[in-house]
Amino acid sequence: MNIYINGTGCVSPLETAVEGRLPSAAPLYDNIRLKAAEPDYKQWIDIKMIRRMSRVIKMGVAAAQLSLREAGIQKPEGIITGTAYGCLDDTGVFLTKMINQQEEMLTPTAFIQSTHNTVAGQIALLLECHAYNNTFVHKGFSFEHTLIDSIMQLREGKISNILAGAMDELTNHSFNILSRFNLFKHTAAGEGAACFVLSTEKGPNAVAKLKGVSVLYKPGSYEEVAADIVGFLAAYNCSQEDIDLVITGRNGDPAGDAWYEHVENNVFPSLPVARFKHLCGEYPTASAFGTWMAGRIIASQEVTPAVLFKGNAPSAIKKVLLYNHHDASHHSMILLSIC
Amino acid sequence: MSGNDVWVLGGGVICGIGNNVRECITSFRQMKPGMATMQYLSSTHRDSFPVVEVKADNATLAAKSGLPAHISRTALLSAVAAKEAWESAQLGNIREYRVGLVSANTVGGMDKTEDFFAEYLQDNQSGRLRDVVNHECGSITELVADALGIRHHVSTISTACSSSANAIMYGARLLRNNLVDVVIAGGTDALTRFTLNGFNTLMILDQQACRPFDDTRTGLNLGEGAGYIVMVSDAIAQKMDIKPWCKLTGYANANDAYHQTASSPDGIGNYLAMQQAMEMAGIGPEDMSYINLHGTGTLNNDLSEGTAIQRLFGNAVPPVSSTKSFTGHTLGASGGIEAVFAALAVKEGYLYPNAQFSHQMKELSFSPVTTFSEGNVINNVMSNSFGFGGNCSSLVFSKEIS
Repeated sequence: MNIYINGTGCVSPLETAVEGRLPSAAPLYDNIRLKAAEPDYKQWIDIKMIRRMSRVIKMGVAAAQLSLREAGIQKPEGIITGTAYGCLDDTGVFLTKMINQQEEMLTPTAFIQSTHNTVAGQIALLLECHAYNNTFVHKGFSFEHTLIDSIMQLREGKISNILAGAMDELTNHSFNILSRFNLFKHTAAGEGAACFVLSTEKGPNAVAKLKGVSVLYKPGSYEEVAADIVGFLAAYNCSQEDIDLVITGRNGDPAGDAWYEHVENNVFPSLPVARFKHLCGEYPTASAFGTWMAGRIIASQEVTPAVLFKGNAPSAIKKVLLYNHHDASHHSMILLSIC
Repeated sequence: MSGNDVWVLGGGVICGIGNNVRECITSFRQMKPGMATMQYLSSTHRDSFPVVEVKADNATLAAKSGLPAHISRTALLSAVAAKEAWESAQLGNIREYRVGLVSANTVGGMDKTEDFFAEYLQDNQSGRLRDVVNHECGSITELVADALGIRHHVSTISTACSSSANAIMYGARLLRNNLVDVVIAGGTDALTRFTLNGFNTLMILDQQACRPFDDTRTGLNLGEGAGYIVMVSDAIAQKMDIKPWCKLTGYANANDAYHQTASSPDGIGNYLAMQQAMEMAGIGPEDMSYINLHGTGTLNNDLSEGTAIQRLFGNAVPPVSSTKSFTGHTLGASGGIEAVFAALAVKEGYLYPNAQFSHQMKELSFSPVTTFSEGNVINNVMSNSFGFGGNCSSLVFSKEIS
């Protein structure tokens, strides 16, 4: 069974929500905290609701609507979201008031919107969609598990399309606290939302085929990852030679980048490599941005200097492998191919 | 065995009526619900709302689970129940299988985060980092996966009060898609001030013991705990010497798409979840032996759920009860705890009582079972879990008919 990415939507620190494509040159961020460039939400959400909703909800709804519009469908046959941190802003608001007001005189809005399934629930509510609705909240695997569930849903044959996406927001509190763990010495903190309409039938605006997804939890060595990637490709009848471009999650942190270095040099020694976290920042669901970028590269058949990390841009781009890890504990591989 | 069946081999529970499955069944048998004044959670609402706490402090839970006592209670509860589940399945060495752990929760390590945050708000460089390092829902699952030696597939689902039912459904589908050999699925949640105050703002906490499906009900009691079932595919089940508890024959997830927190008056999401789960199990209303209700005790939930049941079952509503009248609403753990009770009902012929019931709901034609019984002929049991965000899920457990 072929699974097509029939529509995509992406809210990121770049103008991806408005322009729908990658910039030709990488922007020069002067901050270690990247903030998503938010689109005008009024085109999708009632103004009164916009005021009440936190950014992660709005970014998620926008990315969902953009992907549905590109796919040309109104109501998907399933909705699955992934978010590592969930609705952090509302969580912080409720927690702060609870502590400062000694558990008295609290109001429900922030609590109601703090649950991790708020984004998927709001999308269902806006689309009046009664279909399968699920939310994965597993750190650096949140997006990948969303794709794995989506692929299973489509293979099980009861439905022919599904909306899958991931979103995470950075708040003042989360940036402060994550900074105390020394996470942003070499890399910028990021955020964003990316959604995909996946279908068993090719749509008019299909960008790529989603061939496969695999995760590897806490590998013990670089060699284990390398062997896992070779095994993953073999499971989809691919060898290293069939891949035209590798996208890795390099973020500038030397210890983290050593994993990518090993795979680039030992599994794909002659292949060009692209990167994406200098555009979207580091966050547990950044691989959703990476997947969005991989789709754009295949659809446009172009690897811009903004993303090329080593080697020469390939002339034809039929298969792209995204290899990412988060915190060296959550490794994932996502394989896309030309339609 | 038809080749693609999902078998339940065992289960584990820790909640306010027992630290293991056997103790929980004893509490049902003796009609002893677990509501009490809070002892372990610290809150200004201590004397306003009864809660259903696990009757053990973190040091005791740590000793039982082998995890350090300073980590989130959510992980400690999870480890205790997941271990019991694994041991009851008698599968031996966990490293010999492709094992998945799919565990749900709603607020991760919030019990520690809220302590951290009180200090952090005074000065953003203060507060111990070890108290927020496991804030994420996924961290809780990983603490337990690492303790049990599970690496193959480790996942966390959070869909509010239906979280665990979706974890079980996803686990069953991982088996059917041959991504794992064995899966431990369910969920966990510890009581926190965050959830207690959150539910208080919604004005759906009862100041007395909750009365699910009673006409005088005014809300829910919060509980805590964890519950997991162990499921295997046909291939593994055939190799086993022990008799499985039952099969998971049906599951469905639908969205109410009505309101962020409230259920629709006609319970459309509830109806769709139940109807599709039964369709998948290949059974009709007359085949259902018992329904373990979502039955929170709120005005809104019980009316929506009851209305949907009446629409689906007409005049032939099977025996029903809400075990939340004993355990309280354990949120992200409830679907896991109740799945263990449901699977055990099929295995042992149990019907669980609904405590604190005395007044028939005037909108409904049926009322819940109020006494414990065993040795009943139980062929199919449905477990309902509905939650915020319109998330509605139903599971059907069935006896193997030879």
